[in-house]
Amino acid sequence: MIQASGVSWRYGAHPVIDGVGVTALPGRVLGLIGPNGSGKTTLLRLLHGALRSPSGQVTVDGRPLPSLSPREAALRMAVVVQENGGETALTVAEMVLLGRGPHLSAFQRLGSADHEIAAHCLARVGAAHLGPRPFSGLSGGERQRVLIARALAQQATHLLLDEPTNHLDIRYQHEVLGLVRGLGTCSVVVLHDLNLAARYCDDLVLLGDGGVVAAGPVGEVLDPLLLEPVYGIGIKRLEVDGFLHLLFHPRQEATT
Amino acid sequence: MVDILGIGAQRRRTALWLVALTAGLLGTGVFAVGTGAIAIPPATVARIIAHQLSGLGEVTWAPPHEAIVWSVRLPRVLLGMLVGAGLAVCGVALQAMVRNVLADPYLLGINSGASSGAAAAILFGVGAGFGQYALSASAFLGALAASLLVFLIARGGGRITSIRLLLAGVAVGYALYATTSFLIFASGSAEGARSVMFWLLGSLGLARWDALLAVAAVVVGGTTLFLTVAGRRLDALAVGDETAHTLGIAPDRFRLRLLVVVSLGVGVLVSAAGSIGFVGLVVPHLARRLVGAPHVRVVPVAALLGAILLVAADVIARVLLAPQEIPIGIITALLGAPFLLLLIRRLHGGTA
Repeated sequence: MIQASGVSWRYGAHPVIDGVGVTALPGRVLGLIGPNGSGKTTLLRLLHGALRSPSGQVTVDGRPLPSLSPREAALRMAVVVQENGGETALTVAEMVLLGRGPHLSAFQRLGSADHEIAAHCLARVGAAHLGPRPFSGLSGGERQRVLIARALAQQATHLLLDEPTNHLDIRYQHEVLGLVRGLGTCSVVVLHDLNLAARYCDDLVLLGDGGVVAAGPVGEVLDPLLLEPVYGIGIKRLEVDGFLHLLFHPRQEATT
Repeated sequence: MVDILGIGAQRRRTALWLVALTAGLLGTGVFAVGTGAIAIPPATVARIIAHQLSGLGEVTWAPPHEAIVWSVRLPRVLLGMLVGAGLAVCGVALQAMVRNVLADPYLLGINSGASSGAAAAILFGVGAGFGQYALSASAFLGALAASLLVFLIARGGGRITSIRLLLAGVAVGYALYATTSFLIFASGSAEGARSVMFWLLGSLGLARWDALLAVAAVVVGGTTLFLTVAGRRLDALAVGDETAHTLGIAPDRFRLRLLVVVSLGVGVLVSAAGSIGFVGLVVPHLARRLVGAPHVRVVPVAALLGAILLVAADVIARVLLAPQEIPIGIITALLGAPFLLLLIRRLHGGTA
């Protein structure tokens, strides 16, 4: 479980996140949604400690984040960030094996168990065949899957993903999020696509204008009455085969 | 398990290269010791060294040969190996630290600091209190001052990012380069200016069995070991700061530790042999070409390659215009520049 209360962050004089609290519950997928610039990525960074909030606190399984060593934190939280290291000369397999680092002491070498885990994680994202290829030669979607495999190889108790469906085609968008959901670990996902959020998240936090506009189970947060003013677009909610779907249309507003 | 990751193949490849390069280093060393105004056959060189080390073997050579091998050429070759290996591994570390393929050990302005120190010693007798080590000690103090300055400037914002480090290094480098030039100008001594220039171009001529050689051995050995052990962390840092963080590494703290190790290493090497260029820039790329990107493999391979290349360059420097000795920096630059051009071609080929 990851709990944040009263966290804030500002870039220059502009507060992006102001006194925000969120809770990611065990075994559930929490989605962070909101328009561009609403602070989704910033909030995720605060949650995994890449940014240290000057106010409030973040706890992981009840322990304050600053009290964990970087390695302990990495054993509890695997993160897929948007920085993808496209310049690196590492192979795909070596990239995934980096995820084993937190499990090894400085003098320990990677063993066959680590190799098996890496191969297994690559297979889970449908990238088993990419192992010996140079990472920099992959397409955006392939890279994204490899980075997710690295996070899986980290075998942490929490998984945080910053727009993991970026660069992925529609099939892999669903496969990757289905995979995350199927893991059963406490996960936090920043998502742009509200329909993906509807299908693969348990809980949602809707961010807008520096703070939380709504938080709760998916069905409650994906309410057109809440979403429309935040996103500035007309929204119609449907239910097909027991799943929520949102349809979008431009708001008919006077431009004068 | 079938090697679907390609890891096993790479490990075998690395082991093979390590063996081949170690053999190559020994061979180059013996050859280099035997080469010079008086040529000594490799077998004799090997026997003289074995005799000196263990006291075994019959003395079948002329005593002057023993003096040439043991007292003159061997320390020089050893210093060459240490400087080559040290510059190569420091280059590897810096390229990972600032994520720039054109980074080299002199990027941080450390050699400019050492040059100012050396110029002060040569032209104005600074550091005379250090006796036979006056030049090296003064150069090392200059290097230390430069590193400290770079560190303080780069740390201005509270954390050391790669771009701040780059900018601070370049700025300090230029300022100290100007200081060296000013010292030469102010001394008004043509002979002194010539000595400083020779020192700037690098030379292994100061090598003898002394404390400096021992310090260089300890520092280069320690740096290589540290960087090899830190291999996985270097891999992560080379991908990006945020990635390093998510993999349980505090990027700023790790970069600071690397900065201290690399500054100390480069400072000692430059003090011992002047600023020999291109080795620290080119060798890391060669090593990566041979064994791939992971630093656990790159660091030891780069150390061996750097050692071989510098000893070979020193042989060329000694024999090409014998009895005159060409500054070794000229040779490494002449050999290194084509490599760099090849690298640029490869870079463009990769992105096209």
